[in-house]
Amino acid sequence: MTNILEIKNLVVSYGGIEAVKGIDMTVPEGEIVTLIGANGAGKSTTLKSIAGLVKPKEASIQFKGQELVGKTPDFIVSQGITLVPEGRRVFPNLTVLENLKIGAYLRKDNLKSDLDYVFSLFPRLLEREWQMAGTLSGGEQQMLAVGRALMSKPKLIMMDEPSLGLAPLVVKDIFNIIQTINGEGITVLLIEQNANMALKIAHKAYVIETGKITMEGTGAELLANEEIKEAYLGKTK
Amino acid sequence: MTEKKKSQLSILFSVIALIGIAIVLFCVNRFTPPTFMLRTVLQLGAIYALVAVSMNLLNGFTGLFSLGQAGFMAVGAYTFAIFTIPVSSRPGVYYLYGVADWLKNIHLPILAGLLAAGLVAAVLAALIGAPVLRLKSDYFAIATLGFAEIVRIIVGSTPMNRVTNGSLGLKMIPKFPNFYFPFLISGICILIIALLLRSSYGRAFKAIREDEIAAEAMGINLAKHKQMSFIISSFFAGIGGALMGMFLGAITSTTFNITLTYNILLIVVIGGMGSMTGSIISAFLVIAAREWWLRFLDQSTYIGSFHVPLLKTGFRMVVFSIILMIVVLFFRKGIMGMKEFNWNFILNRLDKKDPAASAGGEGNE
Repeated sequence: MTNILEIKNLVVSYGGIEAVKGIDMTVPEGEIVTLIGANGAGKSTTLKSIAGLVKPKEASIQFKGQELVGKTPDFIVSQGITLVPEGRRVFPNLTVLENLKIGAYLRKDNLKSDLDYVFSLFPRLLEREWQMAGTLSGGEQQMLAVGRALMSKPKLIMMDEPSLGLAPLVVKDIFNIIQTINGEGITVLLIEQNANMALKIAHKAYVIETGKITMEGTGAELLANEEIKEAYLGKTK
Repeated sequence: MTEKKKSQLSILFSVIALIGIAIVLFCVNRFTPPTFMLRTVLQLGAIYALVAVSMNLLNGFTGLFSLGQAGFMAVGAYTFAIFTIPVSSRPGVYYLYGVADWLKNIHLPILAGLLAAGLVAAVLAALIGAPVLRLKSDYFAIATLGFAEIVRIIVGSTPMNRVTNGSLGLKMIPKFPNFYFPFLISGICILIIALLLRSSYGRAFKAIREDEIAAEAMGINLAKHKQMSFIISSFFAGIGGALMGMFLGAITSTTFNITLTYNILLIVVIGGMGSMTGSIISAFLVIAAREWWLRFLDQSTYIGSFHVPLLKTGFRMVVFSIILMIVVLFFRKGIMGMKEFNWNFILNRLDKKDPAASAGGEGNE
């Protein structure tokens, strides 16, 4: 299987402090890859670097063989990478429909079939088409954020903590949706603090600690690993 | 009532309203004396409506809090005046310093002058936009405020004497060719802004206002769109300034001082940041209140033999300011909030009166 995304020696520093200290990662096409780690380990920074929102100090990030470092976020989106940002960040004073249309901003073709697709994934959004996004519940906002990202027809969708602040039942829904999206052939790069859920659905997983990758393997392997269990899954020996 | 029928009825109502406005304007023009206050209020209201909408495009829709509107209006008004004052009356206007040689024989017709006013303002916006738009919120406001003052001071300075007539200002600016002219120009300009805001660019502007990071993550180029909004807003502010020059007939650099920007900002805030129709409605209301309805407060009045206290020149502005404070305290989102005017309030009432139709509507759901 070919790698859709290859990251080599990613170093990012904020004002002299290195948040990410040389990460190597590969994301195989069509899989769900997850990056787990504690707060401040550098997960979000890694995603933001890929999306072009943060300029890395040094790195090579290749998407389908094309170098992304130094490119603008709009170029990166146009290549087929979309970020679902942390904390959902829907546009609160715009309607659900407007939010979805902004997701497709860089496309000039007909949106009808894609809107139908998103509404078929999230029937709840169709009911609330004319409602302001800010009045939606947390789970609905997360659905909208995912739907908005899908409107750009991504090949790789990156999600930053989609389960953050959501009720357990809603989290389950979101993870089901992630698997559905992946089933359509879209590669998923997922960041999670909810390591248990993330590892269960991931084909491949990385553990990041203070800016460095400390472990990698399949989701099942890491789920069975004693150290992981202790550190991230809350099980005692 | 179905959605389709509703939108058809909305269009019908809008057309009727437009015809109504046209008839009112026609009657005002036909049957009122030339000095009647309503004429002034309507014309000035139309000009302020255009300037307020252009400011709202930047402040309310793109979320860039600019205080440079008066500066761009000054640029527009002066550009217009310099090129359209009749060549024959120039010696009279520039009687003290004389006209610059390159300017002596250049003369533009009114419409070309308006376009030039907008273009010069837009070019200036493009030049200062690149550095200034890097600033965020209050710093951006301060920078644009500073720009407006710089424009005003340069325009009134001695090295510019032979172009702008320095501190003496310019007069003999062509008047409106007819009563309807400001309504027509404002109407066209506002329509263009409305179409822009309905396009995908308008959505991108709103996305930037709502959340810059999310907008960027969706592939919206922040710098490009902010620049675009700034230039377009300045273009129409320039045209608004030119219309103001035509209305006044004479301008000096103090015509476009910071108070003017505040007045426009007031209109935008009272109408609702992010509502075009709000800006238009509030432009007419504010101008009417300030120039007309509250005028009686400026004259000392006797009721019988009782001398009403406080009523003297300037008291009008005190009352006006108190009204503003009340509006800001109790209607913080302005008249329209972020919504646009629509006919739903009538359509919904029609729906209720027509039980068969509303029952049918429910059956469809």
